[in-house]
Amino acid sequence: MTVMKLLSVLFILGGLFFFLTATIGLLRFPDFFTRLHATGKGDTLAVFLSLLGLACYEGFSLTGLKIVIIAVFMFIAQPTATHAISKAGMRYGLKPWKKGDEVQ
Amino acid sequence: MNGFFLAVGLVLCVLVLLVLYRVVFGPGVFNRIAAISAVGTKTLVILLIFGYLYGRVEMFIDISMVYALLNFIGCVAAAKYLETEGLH
Repeated sequence: MTVMKLLSVLFILGGLFFFLTATIGLLRFPDFFTRLHATGKGDTLAVFLSLLGLACYEGFSLTGLKIVIIAVFMFIAQPTATHAISKAGMRYGLKPWKKGDEVQ
Repeated sequence: MNGFFLAVGLVLCVLVLLVLYRVVFGPGVFNRIAAISAVGTKTLVILLIFGYLYGRVEMFIDISMVYALLNFIGCVAAAKYLETEGLH
């Protein structure tokens, strides 16, 4: 196993870890904004790490370039989408969770 | 390396099933949109990994790219609709 493949395995495992934490946060946190906080940041970093690992596995080619393009696009688009949803929820009138409130 | 990709794909499929709990039972439409966005990002990586498993990644990379675009556009469109119209 060459160095690049070892690097890609490490990156993909890191991405898998962040996917796992984002999913746990989405399932366990008490209200909409905290869930978005977990899944927005966690999924962004997880997609970036996974696609970086796949690009390392692929090497320098057209497919590897496309994978890097998808990674950069997701790194811009995912926070934008998260911001749009959270702003819509704020305008809609969802109240942020405070300590002592019940789980929504 | 194929076994590793298969294991990663299966773990991601299990994570998608876990997120589907929030899609089905999540209170309100906003939780559902956030969960569906999370499902979309996981599906993007699953598509690429299955492309490597099948050995035809040149085809699956384009599907994955379109999936990323559609996920982003659908998410922003739903957010804008709910922001301007509202479901009061």
